[in-house]
Amino acid sequence: MLELDDIQHFLLMRPRALAARYGFLSFRRPEDGRAWLAGIIDRVGRGRAEAAGDHTDARWVTVAFTLNGLRALGVDEGSLATFPEEFRQGMAARAAIIGDTGANHPDHWVGGLASPDLHAIVILFARDVAERERSVAEHQKYAAQFPGVEALSILDLEATPPLDYAHDHFGYRDRMSQPEIEGMGVTPTPGSGAPLKPGEFFLGYPDENGPAPPLPQPEILSRNGSFVAYRRMEEHVGRFRDFLRQNGNTPEEQELVAAKLMGRWRSGAPLVLAPTKDDPELAKDPQRNNNFNYGTMDPHGYAVPLGSHIRRMNPRDTATNMNRRRMIRRGGTYGPPLPEGVPDDGVERGLAAFVGCASLIRQFEFAQNVWVNDPNFHELKNERDPFVGTHDGSYDMTIPKRPIRKKITGLPSFCTTKGGAYFFLPGIRALKFLAAGAREG
Amino acid sequence: MSNASKQPDWTKPVAMAIPKGGLFKDKVEQGRYGPIFPKTPACYGFSIIAKIKPGTEENFYQYARNIETAVAGQPDVLAVLKLHYLRWNLFDIKGDTYFQYAGIFDTDFDKYTEDAIAIFSASGLNTVFENLEGFPEDWKTNAPAFVKFVRDHQRPSFLEYGEYPYVSADEIKKALRLKAAFGEMLDQMQ
Repeated sequence: MLELDDIQHFLLMRPRALAARYGFLSFRRPEDGRAWLAGIIDRVGRGRAEAAGDHTDARWVTVAFTLNGLRALGVDEGSLATFPEEFRQGMAARAAIIGDTGANHPDHWVGGLASPDLHAIVILFARDVAERERSVAEHQKYAAQFPGVEALSILDLEATPPLDYAHDHFGYRDRMSQPEIEGMGVTPTPGSGAPLKPGEFFLGYPDENGPAPPLPQPEILSRNGSFVAYRRMEEHVGRFRDFLRQNGNTPEEQELVAAKLMGRWRSGAPLVLAPTKDDPELAKDPQRNNNFNYGTMDPHGYAVPLGSHIRRMNPRDTATNMNRRRMIRRGGTYGPPLPEGVPDDGVERGLAAFVGCASLIRQFEFAQNVWVNDPNFHELKNERDPFVGTHDGSYDMTIPKRPIRKKITGLPSFCTTKGGAYFFLPGIRALKFLAAGAREG
Repeated sequence: MSNASKQPDWTKPVAMAIPKGGLFKDKVEQGRYGPIFPKTPACYGFSIIAKIKPGTEENFYQYARNIETAVAGQPDVLAVLKLHYLRWNLFDIKGDTYFQYAGIFDTDFDKYTEDAIAIFSASGLNTVFENLEGFPEDWKTNAPAFVKFVRDHQRPSFLEYGEYPYVSADEIKKALRLKAAFGEMLDQMQ
């Protein structure tokens, strides 16, 4: 059974938050880092069974650390050596593997994210902007006592209007498909598969492969923890809209091109179930909007192209060991929305998201390396994920169609990686262990 | 600009000399578990050569029969490996018996390491590998150790040749399906 009292809430719950702030911290003086941490542990949200959740909360705090952050707080080298190699190297060092090359290279990242001085992230999700501002002011007052804890950068996030449903700056409805965890008592929506063993996301539990794998040491630090990959992706909204205009003569044709890149209409309606015309009612209905597969319902990609975003990020019944590749996504949009009909203003806007898992190399890096960036995924030869793939204008997008397929050559780059990092998201006991100087108190 | 023009021509046989160590130093692609051995006119491949534990030879022959039965019963049992061909050999050097696992694949091993491990567990391929000296006992839960064993025992080739270079097994199967369909159509038209 999951130790909900010990696991941070971050990957277990998804409260309705319209605003957020991410703070990227460096512990210039370890004792300040430990004291700062000791004082906020009680504010960190813990997991709860969804049904028993306290819905009166207005803000949710999460803390996670890089390898250098664990070291700065006093974790010894012998323990650090037992953490997985990819986490030890950090996301910037893994750039070539996950596709952060060219314009996406860590040399161009912002906010100090590629720096070895990045030690921790504190994530604040808030019910609305006012609550965020109140919490931020409170935290600033608190943090002022610890001059040795430096903010390398901060990022403020706000939901993009219209606010009645979550979507990105391109206009695609988000949060349509996510894995559920065994023991949380949540019935997955039709088409989402059975709940997964908790060990796919939390250390110390049986996973889809069998009994709990060995833990990094000491156990008090690793048990109930998770690994989190952070991605800050700029969305080039003007370029995306230009592309749609160039590839569709009417608004309807443009919407279809947008849908083909994603695999869903921007409303969220899946192309497998609504292949020719958008269906906003279907999009809103969780009992229906994820209830499809590819192997039997769309084997050749006439509805959802083989290279589209959702077919890559979750190939469903057309991938082996799918349950060993699932990830929990969190995050939101940052930057001002770009109104329709307005040329791009050059202001950075995009998604700042987290991928939570038990193994970065098996889950996150596999998805980046194979599903997103392997040009030969599904035998496509020269394609990458149209949104999160690494693009330089030399890749294509094939849209299967009867009688003759449509091939878009020279797909532009719609997104640019502006930063990223690997964090370890410890349990509450582990936070106390770290605050005590990596000693069992 | 599309990369399509860079697609190789399957009608022209190609030979490729490969530097010592198996990697072209100036264009090494990094995989999750280390550098990726390059795609050649004979696609991807590896040759693992390892000493077997003394007295276990019969297990290898038994396992060959198991695989034969498994594939006959479930033809897609090894599909995830994206194989063209496998050739397994046992041979002796100075009284020790060695096992060679030579395979030609359509994907570099790095991409599907964990899938391969899962297949090995499910199909009992472990009964072969566990009889090799130095194979990690915790391989089922320790992918990096498994990969290290494979990489330590990989003997990269220094020459590869393709009569129909760079063609994938899926493309070959598609072409043969098309040929069969055309043949049937022509028969129907008689």
